[in-house]
Amino acid sequence: MTTNTPQSRVITYRQALNETLRAELERDENVFLIGEEIGVFQGSYKITAGLLEDFGPKRVLDTPISEEGFVGAAIGSAMLGLRPVVEIMTLNFSLIAIDQIVNHAAKMHAMFGGQVKVPLVIRFPGGGGQQLAATHSQNLEVWYAHIPGLKVLAPSTPAEAKSMLTAAIRDDDPVIFLENLALYNVKGEVPDGEQVAEIGKAAVVKSGTDLTLVSYSRGMVTALQVAEEFAQEGVSIEVVDLRSLRPLDRDTICASVRRTSRAVIFEDDMLSYGIGAEISATIGEGAFDYLDAPVRRVAAAEVPLPYSKPLETAAMPHAADLSRVIRETLDATRFTK
Amino acid sequence: MSEVTMPRLSDTMEEGELAKWVKQVGDMVEKGDVIAEIETDKATMDLEAFESGVLQKHLVEEGTVVPIGQAVAVIGDGKPAEPEPESEATPAPDPDTMLESQHEPEPEPDPESVETPSSAEDKLRMSPLARKLAHDNDLDLDSLTGTGPNGRIIRADVDAALSAKKNSGTATEKPEKSASASASASASASATVKTSASEDDAEVIPLNKIRKVTAKRLTASQEIPHFFLTNVVEVDRLIALRTEVNDGLAEQGIKVSLNDFIVKAVAIALRQHPEANSSFNGDSLLRHRRVNVGIAVATDAGLLVPVVVDADRKTLSEIGAEVVALAGKARDGKLRLEEMSGGTFSVSNLGMFGIDEFTAMLNPPEAGILAVGAASPEPQLRDGELVEVQKMKITLTVDHRALDGATAAAFLRDLKGILEQPLRILV
Repeated sequence: MTTNTPQSRVITYRQALNETLRAELERDENVFLIGEEIGVFQGSYKITAGLLEDFGPKRVLDTPISEEGFVGAAIGSAMLGLRPVVEIMTLNFSLIAIDQIVNHAAKMHAMFGGQVKVPLVIRFPGGGGQQLAATHSQNLEVWYAHIPGLKVLAPSTPAEAKSMLTAAIRDDDPVIFLENLALYNVKGEVPDGEQVAEIGKAAVVKSGTDLTLVSYSRGMVTALQVAEEFAQEGVSIEVVDLRSLRPLDRDTICASVRRTSRAVIFEDDMLSYGIGAEISATIGEGAFDYLDAPVRRVAAAEVPLPYSKPLETAAMPHAADLSRVIRETLDATRFTK
Repeated sequence: MSEVTMPRLSDTMEEGELAKWVKQVGDMVEKGDVIAEIETDKATMDLEAFESGVLQKHLVEEGTVVPIGQAVAVIGDGKPAEPEPESEATPAPDPDTMLESQHEPEPEPDPESVETPSSAEDKLRMSPLARKLAHDNDLDLDSLTGTGPNGRIIRADVDAALSAKKNSGTATEKPEKSASASASASASASATVKTSASEDDAEVIPLNKIRKVTAKRLTASQEIPHFFLTNVVEVDRLIALRTEVNDGLAEQGIKVSLNDFIVKAVAIALRQHPEANSSFNGDSLLRHRRVNVGIAVATDAGLLVPVVVDADRKTLSEIGAEVVALAGKARDGKLRLEEMSGGTFSVSNLGMFGIDEFTAMLNPPEAGILAVGAASPEPQLRDGELVEVQKMKITLTVDHRALDGATAAAFLRDLKGILEQPLRILV
């Protein structure tokens, strides 16, 4: 779906989300949007621009500053057959609603013996690099990815944003939809017409033979850039975009490492107990005999992200870090080209 | 705080198995207390504490085989031990370190700059892929040299070894394998079995400790340049004397065997020929001041050689009693290590099995061993008349590095003389 098709346009990640919400509101009258400032203000990041005007206040609901309240309301409405798409202003505010998300949205279906479904999408932007300081610059995807009952998606391109949001809205389970602030203005080719991603499927976005580079969301931008740089040197790096953090496509990851024998993971999140740890363990379990070097991870410094631009930049993982670790991994296996 | 290390309990000992912990962690230990039982080549020995304190830590589990000098326990004052220094030569990448180094390239430590790990810590580093490839291709891991970080064997090393093997053609150690270097693991495994007797045709009996030691010692003995000398000894008088001695001393419960006479005769001959009572010691010869005669004893567990210490100074009956006791202990597996140590010469007697003549293999570091056959009647011309004489063949195996032919021959001649005039044994 990220391939170049005749009927496609180059649009931003933000625009892809906006168009997808519009398309789903049009397609299914049970779909409605709920969140702070998504109506009159058209969303803090303008994802819901124009939707209140076209669909009215019953379909695009502005709420008070009450995350636990409106997430709870969305869960209730989902149990009764509606398909709410919640926007929480940032990932960081979702912590106010975490009891609703973890204890109710995630567990209802199982704890009521399948009598109810919770077809709910909770969208929120996260990530650092915007000088929003420590409490507004987090990557807490692992919190949600840890919880059975939730699906956690983290698209990295405009095309993925479209196909995965469509899939999320149509899914009968609660889906956490992670948008990275840094991606909103990223442009990419997006096919026209209906695009529905397969949830739980990773994508080999660049095939290669020498090293498997695993990333997701914003990290993919850096990963692809570094992979291209290495390609100039004749090093063939395979890039795997996780896209879905839960369910995790372990097969695609392990199959790739079995081909390349080397793996590096790049993530915006912190190293300890992070997504990279999960991927590393997955590779250890599924491709151990094929590893010629230890799996390496590149992640953010384990500090509250500073407001100061130079300090924030220093704390986040960069292409240079990734290049160095890739090179060390190649050197450790006496890679020569 | 001090470490208790695996002691050297015999000359030949290289490692010992920590058979049993007698003292547990937290126990008070007095100097001289037995803290563990160590199973060595041939015996179980007590490991005693060299100082008093609290047994702070067991460093190895029961059943672990430990080389001499390696620490097995820590005795301290009972206070918690200080954190141990990281024993791994290359610590796993520490997340904090990785973070610190995130923006400043900090390559993995240069293999050359890493401290060479001690032999105890030295282990084969190998990437999983290299291990799998080596296994699939039936490559001997010891033959590989690692060129990865800290000497890790990586795929490139296995590939290099495989192509070297291929280039050297079929003259490799396992020629039937090189043709199919990429054969699957199962295929090469079955090929290995085919090279020796298949399990259908032979029962596989794992080597016990004594068998292992015997094999090792005798292999070592094969490396010694040695020669053999045989003599035929008339033993009528010896047999008669033995009967006389036993008849005369039966009341006292004393009984000596022919072998006891031989041991004593050997001891006397060695005293007369100190050059035969010696060991080759690399750049010198050890001429032993004591005459300690080892006696090969067959046991269910294997061959053991208990030693009669100072055999030249002991009486026949003392030797007899000692041999009976030692052989009994050997058969019961109760022989202590010191009872098997310190031999300067050995006697191996297969006469009781009806063997006429044989050669024995050296028991290093001893320079000589006497193989004794059975006594049997043979015709002999004496003063023009044919008479029946009891004869016994003795064969001396000699470490040529320690002893030359003529010297050994003189020793054997005198030994023969003593055996043929056995009263000399008694004086």
